[in-house]
Amino acid sequence: MALADQTVLQFFPLSTSLSAKVHPLVIFNICDCFVRRPDQAERVIGTLLGSLLPDGTVDIRNSYVVPHNESSDQVALDIDYHHNMLSSHQKVNPKEVIVGWFSTGFGVTGGSALIHEFYSREVANPVHLTVDTGFTNGEASIKAFVSINLSLGDQQLAAQFQEIPLDLRMVEAERIGFDILKTTAVDKLPTDMEGMEATMERLLALIDDTCKYVDDVVEGHVAPDNTIGRFISDTVSSIPKISPSAFDKLVNDSLQDQLLLLYLSSITRTQLSLAEKLNTAAQIL
Amino acid sequence: MATAAAPSRSFLQVAATEEAVAPPLRVVQMEGLVILKIIKHCTEFSPALVTGQLLGLDVGSVLEVTNCFPFPIREEDEEIEADGANYQLEMMRCLREVNVDNNTVGWYQSTLLGSYQTVELIETFMNYQENIRRCVCIIYDPSKSNQGVLALKALKLSDSFMELYRNNEFNGEKLREKNLSWVDIFEEIPIKVSNSALVSAFMTELEADSPVTQSDYDRIQLSTNPFMERNMEFLIDCMDDLSMEQQKFQFYYRNLSRQQAQQQTWLQKRRAENMARKAAGEEPLPEEDPSNPIFKPLPEPSRLDSYLITNQVSNYCNQINRTSRMVMLIHHILAWLFRPQVSLPRY
Repeated sequence: MALADQTVLQFFPLSTSLSAKVHPLVIFNICDCFVRRPDQAERVIGTLLGSLLPDGTVDIRNSYVVPHNESSDQVALDIDYHHNMLSSHQKVNPKEVIVGWFSTGFGVTGGSALIHEFYSREVANPVHLTVDTGFTNGEASIKAFVSINLSLGDQQLAAQFQEIPLDLRMVEAERIGFDILKTTAVDKLPTDMEGMEATMERLLALIDDTCKYVDDVVEGHVAPDNTIGRFISDTVSSIPKISPSAFDKLVNDSLQDQLLLLYLSSITRTQLSLAEKLNTAAQIL
Repeated sequence: MATAAAPSRSFLQVAATEEAVAPPLRVVQMEGLVILKIIKHCTEFSPALVTGQLLGLDVGSVLEVTNCFPFPIREEDEEIEADGANYQLEMMRCLREVNVDNNTVGWYQSTLLGSYQTVELIETFMNYQENIRRCVCIIYDPSKSNQGVLALKALKLSDSFMELYRNNEFNGEKLREKNLSWVDIFEEIPIKVSNSALVSAFMTELEADSPVTQSDYDRIQLSTNPFMERNMEFLIDCMDDLSMEQQKFQFYYRNLSRQQAQQQTWLQKRRAENMARKAAGEEPLPEEDPSNPIFKPLPEPSRLDSYLITNQVSNYCNQINRTSRMVMLIHHILAWLFRPQVSLPRY
């Protein structure tokens, strides 16, 4: 398709209540595909899979890259590949459908309008995600757009890309631990104890910060903020008021349970090593 | 380079000798992308168990896993077998087009509370081992992530076990010879994580270092009771299985000793007969009689099942151990919070 001089407008105030949520896997996948792109391609384009949540948010869960050819006046997308990958992905997870497409690079370009048109034939109102791998403006910007058609009567004038709010909260990545995902190399996965240690250190640091803040306010170094004060008092009063004996009993009972489990598991382990010795050491005379 | 003194070797000969010596696998290096994909797939379908294929490169003593794709859940149907193979080929072909490493290096599977040591796992390993020189199995436990632990393990069968299994010689003699016990079946390999610079730049940019993360909240929670209960249930079931296996062995040994006693009596009778016949001047009868059923060798029950069950039981025990220690730690901290003058015992 020849690329006429199409104007692309970007408006920031939104007229739709659509918003999008992106899972960290999608960003990882896009970055990986970008790193592996063929030498002559400047950017990578692919499909976004996900679902539409009941409250209208688009939940972007998965993605795959589609090979494409782009020159100054033509854009060609490998549609067969796109359909093949879609059917393969749907065999695993039939609930994930196309919700839009992504491209790397900053902002929306002319070629994107054509591709967006193609995707709007696959799904109503596709979401266009741009992932700025070039770090223009010195920061990583990930933006989501939907397209509104500007038409005068029957004639279509332009496609207007409106930015929609994007929720980048990475709850799953948090679960793994950002230290594993942020650095370029991690020598070994942390064990339970190390994780617990890290958690305790962070908790201590939090408590220290709070104490310091309260001390500063009391001594007049820092202006008091009533909301923070209320939060602190809420937190401190959330410790339930139990008499020391009742609390002791609670804690001790629970400790007893855990000790029992520990004992049972240790005795089972001893039993295992005994059984194994007996089974293999028995000689037939 | 060929010199006048040393014989020249063709490139093929050098390559052939290089192939024979493979350094042992020391480390599995995974990309953050693969970990996220595995977690997503396993968590989505939990509690059902799912599998997928790992792709990557085999470099020296490091096995790099750079990508993976999930397998669809298959029903037990003959025609779907071919579909499964088609799906795999299709995925590999598509990924090849976008420059993803097209090399299978193993597979991953999810597990429920660590009960993954089964005969199917061993069978799958043997199947993979025939085609790929080095393969690894990654086990992920989605139920542990509720406790703030990344339960990811890389396993491979030990070489000595594979030899024994291939020759199907799973009896007491061979095991004693090789000194193989149940801990030697599976070898756990440490996992390293690597990320491309682009991805780490993105992550650093997008998520500021927050003081506390979700995994911290998960770790401090005290309600591990359902997890422990399930663990104990599985443990008890496994112990029942183990005792059944031990009964089988006892049965076998009893039968064996009874058979031997029978053999002895028969032998003595034969000897007495032979003495009588010698006295009478006749040919002595042979002292063995293979057609007599009491000489038939009894099949020794395979120890494989009992080894696997032992592995599982030990797994559960370890998990219970670890979790209860953690919970006790938190309890002590709580107790100290309330009554700072109480001293903490040391473990």
